[in-house]
Amino acid sequence: MKPTSRAFKENVRRALGDPNLQQAMTNLRAGFVERRAIAVSRLPEWEELRDQAIAIKQHTLAHLDFYLETFERNVTANGGQVHWCRDAAAANAAALKICQALGARTVTKGKSMVGEEIGINDYLEANGVIPVETDLGEYILQIRHEPPSHIIAPAIHLVKEQVAESFRATHGDLDPARQLIDARQMCDEARAVLRPKFLAADVGITGANFLVAETGSSIIVTNEGNGDLTQTLPRAHIVLASLEKLVPTLEDSATILRLLARSATGQEFSTYTTISTGPRRKDDLDGPGEYHVILIDNGRSAILGTEFGDMLRCIRCAACLNHCPVYEAIGGHAYGWVYPGPMGAVLTPTLIGIEAAGNLPNASTFCGRCESVCPMKIPLPRMMRHWREREFEKHLPPPAYRAGLALWAFAARHPALYRLVVDVAARLLGTLGATRGRFRALPLAGGWTRTRDFPAPQGRSFQNLWAARRKDGVR
Amino acid sequence: MAEPKKRVALFVTCLVDLIRPSIGFAAVKLLEEAGCTVEVPRAQTCCGQPAYNSGDRANAKALARQAIDSFAGFDYVVVPSGSCGGMIKIHYPALFADEPTTLAKARDLAARSFELISFLVDVLKVERIAASYDGVATYHDACSGLRELGIKEQPRKLLAGIAGLSLKEMRDCETCCGFGGTFAVKYGDISDKIVGEKAVNIVNSGADTLLAGDLGCLLNMAGKLERLGKKVKIRHVAEILAGMVDAPAIGEGGER
Repeated sequence: MKPTSRAFKENVRRALGDPNLQQAMTNLRAGFVERRAIAVSRLPEWEELRDQAIAIKQHTLAHLDFYLETFERNVTANGGQVHWCRDAAAANAAALKICQALGARTVTKGKSMVGEEIGINDYLEANGVIPVETDLGEYILQIRHEPPSHIIAPAIHLVKEQVAESFRATHGDLDPARQLIDARQMCDEARAVLRPKFLAADVGITGANFLVAETGSSIIVTNEGNGDLTQTLPRAHIVLASLEKLVPTLEDSATILRLLARSATGQEFSTYTTISTGPRRKDDLDGPGEYHVILIDNGRSAILGTEFGDMLRCIRCAACLNHCPVYEAIGGHAYGWVYPGPMGAVLTPTLIGIEAAGNLPNASTFCGRCESVCPMKIPLPRMMRHWREREFEKHLPPPAYRAGLALWAFAARHPALYRLVVDVAARLLGTLGATRGRFRALPLAGGWTRTRDFPAPQGRSFQNLWAARRKDGVR
Repeated sequence: MAEPKKRVALFVTCLVDLIRPSIGFAAVKLLEEAGCTVEVPRAQTCCGQPAYNSGDRANAKALARQAIDSFAGFDYVVVPSGSCGGMIKIHYPALFADEPTTLAKARDLAARSFELISFLVDVLKVERIAASYDGVATYHDACSGLRELGIKEQPRKLLAGIAGLSLKEMRDCETCCGFGGTFAVKYGDISDKIVGEKAVNIVNSGADTLLAGDLGCLLNMAGKLERLGKKVKIRHVAEILAGMVDAPAIGEGGER
């Protein structure tokens, strides 16, 4: 996916002016925020659970080499294969090679954000293998040729009417008289279209919520069961997973699973939690003939041990997106790449560079709600600030902004000068604004006054009034 | 023998200094009535957040050092802002993590520094303030105060004791107003969308007065409400608690 993060401000304008998007985003609150709050309030050990989960991830990351090798050993012992891939190109090539060895024509896909990150669909399609998304949201986006706008609810930016329209436009044999009004009718329609595709697929590709070192298993959670059909029916199951999905034991994954669904959708547990351990064994009734794990680095090992290392604790629950006022205002596409919201504002610059993604860590009010709801307590605002510092060191902010900041800082570092400047400004603006009490326009503050008034100062600085009061002996 | 009076330095904050000194005088009155001796060190300017949040670590550190020096020797440092309070208490020590000498001073300042309302309730153990205000107020929990300093019940506790005032909570009172310092200008479109939602919640609460503990957020919400033509009076919570409501409310014209 070609990033458009540089055009963030234009993306934002488009998003704010899109009535369907704005209507769709009102669902965040009832769908996620309120449900999460209820789920968390029902679990007295929530805070202890968070600390346990953090300890598990920190331990794993501190011994990542050991657990990665243990994982590979156990996958191999189960009859599967691990493919170590440094970057997107290597991961795509590995997946294609597996497909070609089986003569695969179609591939079913469960939802995978790392799949979006490496652009696997476009790559397979360009090489003659047709990918079919089977998660309902992802399927809708595939027929609309759009990327996901949310990491667990990929089509959250759409309203029902747009989905119905897309079905009618692409499902050739759909009876025009058939109703497509409620979610159920649309699910049935998608199910009818997808069922034969599940049966025809040669290879199934899923992501992974966890890789378990002690058993060599991969785990996915879904609410639709599409993941199970994707990975069980075809001849081969390919798991796409980045390095940080690893946990040492099944028990560890169970601890984090208790946080995951509650943080994500407010469910106690997702409808399906599927553990895959190797290919079909001799006596198994079903299962794939081959089991491959494509283990993807793509920049992760480079942030291990840096000020961005905590990001590797992320379990992709999307609580930070759901609670972010900026994400709620503009939706996910405005961020311009795969990962939106606060986690994207930190992760995207590590993956595509701060030069391309500089707007993302800057477009935050630092309200801190993301960190407060993050089950892994990832210090997202702090890491956004670290990106701003790297940007500043590289002289990336606009010269006018830097000059203004330098001028202000010079004054603030010279208290006598500062007091004078502030008092003059207070008198000037106070006099100009006295009658109305506010300004409709102010130089250099058009970003504010285009849509909001600016309250006028009272007319004298506090320091000046305080000094006068002290001189008069008023106490 | 009476306990010696606590020597408190007021950190006015740059916004109060420039835009609304009456908040500073309200803070002085509240502190003096609670038995403190209040001083205003001349060398204070800004806590440094604009530099810190713009990635300019050098200037952020210089301003932090300046504040550390200005406020040395006082029993307490009190700030009528959760945002500047959080900067001093949480972020100054973080800035000097690698400089042990300054870190010790930053931690010492952090331990002595408090946001005004939480200082009154949590440190001075003020239970009730005798003041009156005729109106229905709604309170916005500004982000840094709420999430960095745990300020939630303290202002509500004191407001509950104000004669004539009733408090009506708005929906999503803990959701950001969209101010975010320079964010409000740099990303004005997003900021406006967020404060637009906030304005709807304020108006729908049915309150005639909006209160908060941070002038930055108040300027943003006032600016939006006034552009929309909504007649809500907007004040810093300290003004109400100090009974100092003679000055026009934020963004209101008239005799000042």
